[in-house]
Amino acid sequence: MDIYLPIAGMSVDALLIVALGLLVGILSGLFGVGGGFLTTPFLIFYGIPPTVAVASATTQITGASVSGAAVHYRKGGVDLPMAAIMIAGGLVGSLGGAALFRLLQASGQADLVIGFLYVIMLGAIGALMLRDALVALHVIAPPAKPKSRRRHHKWIAALPLRWRFYASGLYLSPLAPLGLGAVAGVLTVLLGVGGGFILVPAMIYLFGMAARVVVGTSLVVILGVSAATTLVHALTTQAVDIVLATLLLLGSVVGAQYGAVLTHRLKPDLLRLALAVMILLVALRMILGLAWQPDEIFTLRSLA
Amino acid sequence: MIARLVLALLAFATLTGAAGPKLVPDVSSRAIEIRYSFTGAELLLFGAVVYPGGRVPETPADVLVVLKGPTEPILMREKQKIAGIWMNADSHRFRSVPGFYALASAKPVGELVDERTAAIYELGLANLSLSPGAGSEPEKQQRFEAGLIDLKTRLGLYSEQPGGVEVTDGVLYRATIAIPSRVPVGTYTAETFLVADGRVLAAATRDIEIGKSGFERFVTLAAERQPLLYGLAAVLISLTLGWIAAAFFKKRV
Repeated sequence: MDIYLPIAGMSVDALLIVALGLLVGILSGLFGVGGGFLTTPFLIFYGIPPTVAVASATTQITGASVSGAAVHYRKGGVDLPMAAIMIAGGLVGSLGGAALFRLLQASGQADLVIGFLYVIMLGAIGALMLRDALVALHVIAPPAKPKSRRRHHKWIAALPLRWRFYASGLYLSPLAPLGLGAVAGVLTVLLGVGGGFILVPAMIYLFGMAARVVVGTSLVVILGVSAATTLVHALTTQAVDIVLATLLLLGSVVGAQYGAVLTHRLKPDLLRLALAVMILLVALRMILGLAWQPDEIFTLRSLA
Repeated sequence: MIARLVLALLAFATLTGAAGPKLVPDVSSRAIEIRYSFTGAELLLFGAVVYPGGRVPETPADVLVVLKGPTEPILMREKQKIAGIWMNADSHRFRSVPGFYALASAKPVGELVDERTAAIYELGLANLSLSPGAGSEPEKQQRFEAGLIDLKTRLGLYSEQPGGVEVTDGVLYRATIAIPSRVPVGTYTAETFLVADGRVLAAATRDIEIGKSGFERFVTLAAERQPLLYGLAAVLISLTLGWIAAAFFKKRV
């Protein structure tokens, strides 16, 4: 069933896009990864202009994180003041990211920088997931826990102006979550990913947040930052394709629910291993893509 | 440029002066609407050649049809291998690149018109005047032009179809031009040329509007003119869909 995307300016197979959303939704429900890192490259591969792919994937992330965020919120698993500060940082980050993107575009190296960022990101996620999967399957021993754990990282502790975050059990400078939110904002606007893979480890290892509120807070931040980034895209690149985003959402909101159900029914260690290997292969392919002669030597950009 | 203009004027004078054959062209539609189910369109360019006295000569004139889309300035970048990595290294500007160009004829263009005529009327992909930016050596300019035409051809936006024009009894002609779904919107011109002995005997032009309509037009205009409201609507849609799915599944699971 073909459908015309008004902003992308081309027609696509609607069922294929819904199926992509469904797959990404199931993955996000199963593993808690956003899935933006799969959606955006696939859409670009399908022939959708990269800016439209990134902007519309961002809109999809908002919808996909609603149900998770709601569940965690009801269970009291969200540190709202902390999330609000990170979202504020995310807004700053996405505005800065948009300006950075324009600079990169003017210099002609936007594709290269985004390609490198993707390789680093996919490599990091893939490696972390692979380690988790191998630990769960008892192939390797779990990483040794540090004997005397510091409350939080010494750089974070050195920041001035400390506040008390009750839900997280922290006495922390708000500059730290502000900065982390900004990083997530830059990644969201440039890559069309939620940034959960950076938020969660940073909150655990750098801030030393109570584990109970980490995932919920991260989901609320992703929700807020992706919504803010959608607005930034709508105002600057004007590349949000509402039809494309809706098609992706139809699949992913349903897929996320099934994925969440599946986590209770099957042990996802082997699936996680498979996903980790898949992500690492994608990353490897992208590294080779930078070194191999590309399919297209020339790229066009309208100056109108 | 001026030389071309003078030549075109001269050609025009000879066209109107002589009592040569006339063209009566038409197109299957004057406006193509892009709606939600648009997957491309086929445009039929057809018409008749009217010879003086109604006598068709032994070797009837040939018909060439060209469908050309709106032009836009383009910045083109070229990747080169630097330190083992392919990155954008060189760039070139073109001031008027047609978003679409399709030529159909009974025989290859080179066999129908001489080089000068082809250049004047921009017949054939090799003769497009793209107004390249000044100050670059001709070799580089050629490289970029070839790359541009190759890229647009593979996207289905540029084509030359020798054998694309069918002529019945030397009088009626018809040509079908396929328009892919990713065409740029705007005013297109359908040009029909009557050629003989390497020269253009008559020419006629029709304008065709290709534009989004209905919901597609509404969305495009909203994104351009009310970006804030459009962005808020996008966020609202995604929140609502996420919420509906969560509420629906909470009852069932």
